[in-house]
Amino acid sequence: MENIMLPSSAKILDIIHETTAEYTFRVAYDQPIRHGQFFQLSIPKVGEAPISVSAKGDGWIEFTIRKVGRLTEGLFGLQPGHTIFLRGPYGNYFPLESFDNKALVVIAGGTGMAAVRSLLRHYADNRADIRDVYLIAGFKDINSVLFTQDLQRFRETFNTIATLDHMTVPGFSTGLVTEHIPSIPFAELGEYNVVIVGPPLMMRFASEACIQNGADPDNMWLSFERKMSCAVGKCGHCKINETYVCLEGPIFRYTQAQELLD
Amino acid sequence: MGYRVSYEQADGLLKTWQEQYRVYAPKRFAGRGWRPGTDMIRYGEIQSFRDVAYTEQSHFSPKDVVAPIMQTMLSFTADEVKVSSIDDKGILLLARPCDIHGIQRLDKIFLENGGQADFYYQRYREKIKIIMIECREGWEHCFCVSMGANRTDAYSMAVRFDPDGLLFEVRDEDFVDSFAGLPTVDFTPEFVSQDKNPVQLPVITGLEQLKAAYDLPMWAEYDDQCISCGSCNTVCTTCSCFDTIDVIFSETSRDGERRRVWSSCMLESFSTMAGGHAVRKTPGERMRFKVLHKVHDYRARFGGDEHMCIGCGRCDIRCPEDISFIDAVNRLSAAMADQASVAADTKEGN
Repeated sequence: MENIMLPSSAKILDIIHETTAEYTFRVAYDQPIRHGQFFQLSIPKVGEAPISVSAKGDGWIEFTIRKVGRLTEGLFGLQPGHTIFLRGPYGNYFPLESFDNKALVVIAGGTGMAAVRSLLRHYADNRADIRDVYLIAGFKDINSVLFTQDLQRFRETFNTIATLDHMTVPGFSTGLVTEHIPSIPFAELGEYNVVIVGPPLMMRFASEACIQNGADPDNMWLSFERKMSCAVGKCGHCKINETYVCLEGPIFRYTQAQELLD
Repeated sequence: MGYRVSYEQADGLLKTWQEQYRVYAPKRFAGRGWRPGTDMIRYGEIQSFRDVAYTEQSHFSPKDVVAPIMQTMLSFTADEVKVSSIDDKGILLLARPCDIHGIQRLDKIFLENGGQADFYYQRYREKIKIIMIECREGWEHCFCVSMGANRTDAYSMAVRFDPDGLLFEVRDEDFVDSFAGLPTVDFTPEFVSQDKNPVQLPVITGLEQLKAAYDLPMWAEYDDQCISCGSCNTVCTTCSCFDTIDVIFSETSRDGERRRVWSSCMLESFSTMAGGHAVRKTPGERMRFKVLHKVHDYRARFGGDEHMCIGCGRCDIRCPEDISFIDAVNRLSAAMADQASVAADTKEGN
């Protein structure tokens, strides 16, 4: 009998302090995974939680985790060389075959950036596979900015707006991501896709702003975050109507997401 | 083939079966009821057929025999995991037809949903054989006929309890030998054919109607009534949701164990993520989630004629606030029927 909930141990190779509250854990891993998938990570002293893969490379994957109260606290005492338990990858992934050779708009808010980072890195590495990329990355303030190095690379490679909600800092725009959506020339993009990832309210308002600015809802994609204990369709936590986010998601077409009633 | 046996003879059979099986049935726990001066009837291992509380419905379902309230999944050190084991004895489970249907609903979630079976459920489920407790009358609060869960043939044996003896129907070859020499009799179990209080199921077709069902004002009424205790989920045969929690043996080590514990969609924390964002914040929203899962979502996902609710009515009996699930389903159904007739009138008017 196969045990689909059996985790395996993986060595922590590096821990990058993105901010005072967000760390990226680089973990040894050499199996194939797709952009947008997640793992069930064992959080010491708590249990398992679904965490997006924020980047992947040769023999490693990264998880970026926000220190939120008791739940993720145990992780922050770990050091490189320690092991961590994980199982996965789970969930669907961004449909690169539909993205390639078209324009791509990515709107990410806060830690939502973690869920699209591996996709953005992929197209930064394979620039010829995608046409114009428009990235709007929103952070609360300068102390909340994630992935500084990658962000610099995205600025050089893509049309990038990095914006801080309520702070004016050189090199950054000011205002919520929604305020910058009108700058995206949807009408001139030709074939395109829009990816929106962030807190629930941000995703709602950003989607609405995109549509108001002429984006086609059929080409918009959202990534959902839900509580999960199993990630294999058994524990029930992520169910919305007859849909299980762990099985059919976490990535949904906007039009599909509109049919998910919580 | 049927057999008539005395309680003494039945206990002789029990002894034989116990060489291979643990036998679970609804038992009476005197004085342990949740209201003062009442008994509790819940599942436990029996040593005699006289232990079986067959005159009343059990307050708890047989769910915990196949999916324990708490089970250790694995133990771990800083870098190794070890899966827990359970004993290799089989399980003989006495259950009414509705609860047998309930276990089949659990099978759907744990064995089929997502395309892969859950190890921790399967290891119990594979060793369970069922003795169906004949149920001919039902009670005031149950509605198995409305839910299509009154009849089943998914059992190894069936039993009818009478004060002076028992009738067995034996369908599973494995048990025929143990009845050798006992008097045979024609016995085919009967089933409930009419609910005392039938329940109307909602007709919800398509997204627009589902949205209409979501937007009904009735859900908000539960905000004040429901105390989000989750008792309804606990007594339900088909509520399958669980949490996994890690327990660390000492503050200074990483050694511990992972446990699976029943969860409840009526609890405030059910959808709360790290950081505090909750999807369903009010009792009314959670009631809506539960009711629709039981009489809409499950069928919408898996097709067929089955709903998740099997009509045992235990949730109505258990609710400390006297909230009736039956009432909620009937009201939902009436509201949806009203909307459908208004829509039809409007169409006619056009």
